[in-house]
Amino acid sequence: MAAVELRKLCFRYAGSEKPALTDIDLTIEEGESILITGPSGCGKSTLVRVLMGLIPHSYPGELKGEAYVFGMDVKNTPVSRIATRCGIVFQNPDNQLFTFSVEDDVAFGPENLALPPDEIGRRVDEALRLVGIEHLRHSSPNNLSGGEQQKAAIASILSMKPSLLIFDEPTSMLDPSSSASLIQRIFELKRSLDETGGKTTVIIVEHRIDLLLKHLSRIVVVSEGRVILDGDPLRVLEDSFRKKIPINIPPLLQIYFRVKDKCGLKNPPATVKELVSMLGGPTSNG
Amino acid sequence: MVKIVVESLYFRYPEASDYALRNISFRIVEGESVAILGENGAGKTTLAKNLNGLLKPTEGSVKIDGVDTRNLSVAKIARKIGFVNHNPEHQFFAEKVEDEVRFGLRNFGFSEEAADKTIREVLNVFGLEEYRGKNPFQLSGGEKKRLAIASIMAWRPEALIVDEPTIGMDYAQKLNIRRVLRSIVSEGRCVIVITHDVDFAASICERAIILSRGEVIGDGRLRDLLSDDTLVEKASLRKPFLIELEKETGLTGLEEDFDAISSTLVEVFQKCRS
Repeated sequence: MAAVELRKLCFRYAGSEKPALTDIDLTIEEGESILITGPSGCGKSTLVRVLMGLIPHSYPGELKGEAYVFGMDVKNTPVSRIATRCGIVFQNPDNQLFTFSVEDDVAFGPENLALPPDEIGRRVDEALRLVGIEHLRHSSPNNLSGGEQQKAAIASILSMKPSLLIFDEPTSMLDPSSSASLIQRIFELKRSLDETGGKTTVIIVEHRIDLLLKHLSRIVVVSEGRVILDGDPLRVLEDSFRKKIPINIPPLLQIYFRVKDKCGLKNPPATVKELVSMLGGPTSNG
Repeated sequence: MVKIVVESLYFRYPEASDYALRNISFRIVEGESVAILGENGAGKTTLAKNLNGLLKPTEGSVKIDGVDTRNLSVAKIARKIGFVNHNPEHQFFAEKVEDEVRFGLRNFGFSEEAADKTIREVLNVFGLEEYRGKNPFQLSGGEKKRLAIASIMAWRPEALIVDEPTIGMDYAQKLNIRRVLRSIVSEGRCVIVITHDVDFAASICERAIILSRGEVIGDGRLRDLLSDDTLVEKASLRKPFLIELEKETGLTGLEEDFDAISSTLVEVFQKCRS
């Protein structure tokens, strides 16, 4: 069964003349790691709301076509049921945290799944450890910095052990080193869940692509409510570059795509040093 | 023009056991472009809120044009120092995009005619004209961010503090915001950018103030500070791409123009090889 299946999906928000999504056909198999990206305002967040069933259940509007998540038709499945399989970390952690301690926020999901207390405790510990905020366990989310709140929001979803994990701009509030380690952790988590027989599907909505690239199975580019590119990550980025689609192509690739034919480069460089040495420049400093 | 002087600033949130900021002193003068950098929880936003009087020092002082922020109203400071919150929703309350921009203008005594003209201009600069009548809360993440900056920019404060301006921005919009911030600096006003996006910071700011655990661990030329491996690591930062490229190639004065950089690289290295 596919994790996500969208067929000719269209959505228009109530009160809006322009459709937010038009004729979206998208299938995501279980276990894939997908980046959904595109110019700001292109419909990425709307698409995510459909996957969670928030559209049509919480956002009024006109939905056409079909949308299935693990075979559940989002049109007639309650959001609470979809939430047992899909977890989302919202762009803005303020929308997700509401109790007086990080620990309570992280325990909230598993408590609602009516799990035994010791299992809840284990999941809370594990989730806090995975995002590296054990020390904030008893802090109030209100007193945390933006980046710390984002980590707490992620832990509160991980504790639900969802089979589809959706991240809406997860690193937007994090410093460069926390961003790198968070992305690393997300995919380590996926690997360790997959090793125990699961098949976790990860969908990330992001503008920043560089940290994600090596983990992805596919990139989907959405523009003006339509899927305009979908496929192998490097291929999609190169097509975006040629077609001048304004997504944040990493600087290294910006240069690689421009010079590869002229300089006969076969593979993209992973670091600046590698780029320079590929071009025949100095291999060590100085 | 504005001058901000921070002297031995200590700040502690009510009921917090520890200081969020410790022993901070610096001055920012007109025409400066300053990046405030540092790890999550370092105190960047707390510092920014002390600079525009939203928070008042626990000890020490912040003076704006010689006057202690404790003796100034938030509104009075806001006329001079605009602050764009990292979460635009904390800033919005009007039901229409144009009214969001109009609010500040009205408060600062702009005539309706002048306000109309200004609203047209800023919405145009930020590519928001088509949303003029829309509810700000219905905009996308990136659009909200642009509206938040536009509605503060509108009354032309002498200094602008922007908290995380590039979140949710695609490439084209980032270039747009960069252009706007640079033009503010070139007019002799001040721009203070709080960001984790070191490439963006490097493309706008001459100076960086680096915080770690509530203390300043670096204050100087951004280029020098972010070339310092130890400092970069200590502050959980990353070296900006262009600084790294300059270091690896020995080239200097690179600007973020990938067509130009690519031709230069091809030219230089082909010459080396032949």
